[in-house]
Amino acid sequence: WLNSAGSSFCSVVGDAEHIPDHRINHIIHNGGLYKRPFNEAFEETPMLVAVLTYVGYGVLTLFGYLRDFMRQWKIEKCQNATEREEQKDFVPLYQDFENFYNRNLYMRIRDSWNRPICSVPGAKVDMMERVSHDYNWTFTYTGRVIKDIINMGSYNYLGFAQKTGPCQEAAAKVLSQYGAGVCSTRQEMGNLDKHEELEKLVARFLGVESAMAYGMGFATNSMNIPALVGKGCLILSDELNHASLVLGARLSGATIRIFKHNNMQSLEKLLKDAIVHGQPRTRRPWKKILILVEGIYSMEGSIVRLPEVIALKKKYKSYLYLDEAHSIGALGPSGRGVVDYFGLNPEDVDVMMGTFTKSFGAAGGYIGGKKELIDYLRTYSHSAAYATSMSPPVVEQIITSVKCIMGEDGTTIGRARVQQLAENTRYFRRRLKEMGFIIYGNEDSPVVPLMLYMPAKIGAFGREMLKRNIGVVVVGFPATPIIESRARFCLSAAHTKEMLDTVSLSSCLPSAHAC
Amino acid sequence: FESCLPSWVLTGAPAYHLILEGILILWIVRLLFSKTYKLQERSDLTLKEKEELIEEWQPEPLVPSVPKDHPALNYNIVSGPPTHIITVNGKECINFASFNFLGLLNNEKVKSAAQASLKKYGVGTCGPRGFYGTFDVHLELEERLAKFMRTEEAIIYSYGFATIASAIPAYSKRGDIVFVDEAACFAIQKGLQASRSNIKLFKHNDMADLERLLKEQETEDQKNPRKARVTRRFIVVEGLYMNTGDICPLPELIKLKYKYKVRIFLEESLSFGVLGEHGRGITEHFGINIDDIDLISANMENSLASIGGFCCGRSFIIDHQRLSGQGYCFSASLPPLLAAAAIEALNIMEDNPDIFQTLRTKCERIHKALQGISGLKVVGESFSPALHLQLEESCGSRENDVKLLKRVVDYCMNSGIALTQARYLEKEEKCLPPPSIRVVITVEQTEQELDKAASLLKEAAQSVLN
Repeated sequence: WLNSAGSSFCSVVGDAEHIPDHRINHIIHNGGLYKRPFNEAFEETPMLVAVLTYVGYGVLTLFGYLRDFMRQWKIEKCQNATEREEQKDFVPLYQDFENFYNRNLYMRIRDSWNRPICSVPGAKVDMMERVSHDYNWTFTYTGRVIKDIINMGSYNYLGFAQKTGPCQEAAAKVLSQYGAGVCSTRQEMGNLDKHEELEKLVARFLGVESAMAYGMGFATNSMNIPALVGKGCLILSDELNHASLVLGARLSGATIRIFKHNNMQSLEKLLKDAIVHGQPRTRRPWKKILILVEGIYSMEGSIVRLPEVIALKKKYKSYLYLDEAHSIGALGPSGRGVVDYFGLNPEDVDVMMGTFTKSFGAAGGYIGGKKELIDYLRTYSHSAAYATSMSPPVVEQIITSVKCIMGEDGTTIGRARVQQLAENTRYFRRRLKEMGFIIYGNEDSPVVPLMLYMPAKIGAFGREMLKRNIGVVVVGFPATPIIESRARFCLSAAHTKEMLDTVSLSSCLPSAHAC
Repeated sequence: FESCLPSWVLTGAPAYHLILEGILILWIVRLLFSKTYKLQERSDLTLKEKEELIEEWQPEPLVPSVPKDHPALNYNIVSGPPTHIITVNGKECINFASFNFLGLLNNEKVKSAAQASLKKYGVGTCGPRGFYGTFDVHLELEERLAKFMRTEEAIIYSYGFATIASAIPAYSKRGDIVFVDEAACFAIQKGLQASRSNIKLFKHNDMADLERLLKEQETEDQKNPRKARVTRRFIVVEGLYMNTGDICPLPELIKLKYKYKVRIFLEESLSFGVLGEHGRGITEHFGINIDDIDLISANMENSLASIGGFCCGRSFIIDHQRLSGQGYCFSASLPPLLAAAAIEALNIMEDNPDIFQTLRTKCERIHKALQGISGLKVVGESFSPALHLQLEESCGSRENDVKLLKRVVDYCMNSGIALTQARYLEKEEKCLPPPSIRVVITVEQTEQELDKAASLLKEAAQSVLN
């Protein structure tokens, strides 16, 4: 069917007989809101693949029950850690069923995750070799180091994960001057001059009045959303929001309603219903409405439809909280994130949140916005009153990398990296599509999910790529829907064209083709 | 045709039976064709009315405005490192406010270990532990912590606050019961809120009150044994309380644990590296077998002068957090330079076990010296390095108390002793402690400096409060 309303997916369902091109492409120029084409595709799962995936999970579940049965009747040795003898009559700490997935499915392919590395997480990384003699229940390190693995898993979008260079030198200087820790909170004795410098710089970078920085990106969300909204407020959150946004929304005590992923009709309907009908049962009007969206969704590779969200927010007088964890530094002609990418005014976004872990090679998070907002957060944020402030060398790394991206250090390295990342993204996505893989997400997003679907392929893909010296991230249930397991590539400005060619060619061999 | 009909029709059913069935069939037909109506009078608003409502609705401002002189708004600006001699707001002072108990913030060996790590790994880890964010330094730190605390396994978090706030919800879910002390710190309160369990507060350090609650729970269990068999129970206490400076009576808690079959989670942020002969915390202080405590959680931001936190215990318990600790799975790992700094700090702690006794002597000295200040009372144990000075008599409102204490703090700062008030979020705390001045004792403070601080506080109290 063809939906003629401007802002929804157009899907042309091909006939089953001839090879259907299920590409769901979507270019909209919705009333001039978008200044550039917005290409996002989420190709539908082929029927045969879906059936085979369910069959695969069914077989695994049956085997799981069989093995549990054998373990219970002591036919097979139980490798799990167990409760203490003295505490055997306590209420069991874990329900048996909770761990079914863990014991029987996750344990089989556990070696695809938690891979230990021993060098800087740049474009190439060294990994410690580990083997398992009992099917992944325990690991031993052989002592050998696998060198120069192409790193497609670390969030190193602009290549600032370096062990040499101006950022590292500045951080080393600050480390010898200030030390590693701070030992106090921001409101007590932990507010260093470095923190003030960082916040002014971040505010300038984002184009907002004022900003505040925190020690952990996850905690930035989970500790500040409760400070902004409370009981009697409404939170409209995207389906696929990150765990930190969900936790922050839950801790705030506000009512949460979910709209379909990146679907503006769903959001508009919720907004209309909320204002017209008010709070459930009492019908009192809502105190405020907060829309939670992310810049780039890390599992789908999709970019938020920011112009439409801002238009809706203005029409319905609600507030927008934008989590730019993956998009800051990675999108936009000058690397200033999704607002820059769409050419919008940063003042339209009420709360601009982001993290320093991905594009800046450091750790921590920030919130930027109007001066009243930041003053309020300085007084009432949970993190300012109870959590230790950021470590000085980490702060210095952020300051140097932000200056580099803005071009204030006198070089054009920052600009070159932003452009290199955009080129790498376009090239890599085009190559993989040409080879016939199903790739989700927006054409301009440096997060590239490659669909695998079947459970066996998750483990096989990870292992085969490692044999060819490429490190990839594979994800399955519960981070993704059960039949949509995927391999996720995170591109970096540090990747060269040769590396990308190697990776795309190697992907063909482990038979990860779409259908 | 006749064979299709049921037998009783042919033989002749009683007349009332047929009439009843006829009525039923007519009723069904009527219901099928009648208009459906909703139970609630959902007002069918016209489009115009809806648009008017949308026009008229005015939200509150996103944040209320904060008065310019709010005590928590204007931060102290520290220029340079927050070490023993600290420059606050331009004045050089002796630091009595940072939790740098063992003086490791400025230690050269710690800094050079961090430098070596910086040269090898850069600053950030660019990923969570599951996706190429596990470095060999993290594995080494976890092993060292487990060995130091003499437990099977340890797990590290990249943020001290997130440690206990992620650990509690990983085990305690909706329907479980948690008994927690009233004076528990904010991180524990957030962890409990995220877990959605039933929270039962017992009076601070009052074992009789806790036993009463446990007995009540026992009688509840007897009414519903099936539910009781699957409801997990936990007690959450701190080793050295941040808000009151005293320690929990751990031996009695262990007795209650085995009597009522409750698990104990111990939060040792202040007592790790302070209590005990080798700095292993309150279990060493009381001489208790560490396996009796189910989970010990601490942050590395006090004694170890780094950033982050860790949990340690048996593998059976700790391994679960690797998949269900939210702050562990969904967040980037600790920067390697901070992990290397923590490892070196642990080395120093293991090599110099006499610093703990030195710290304790200094704490006792200042505790004695601060007794008898008119207007201020000392709250905290004599060996606690983080004390509170509260007003003996409140002057009516919390706001005025805070203003008064600020004047005392300013007097001391002007004369070269850096102090701070203990900061709380007044509306968010479950049991808000009274306003107080925080006094922190570190190993680097000399005896003259301790005496100077005590006499300065006496002077300040005299001039401001009288």
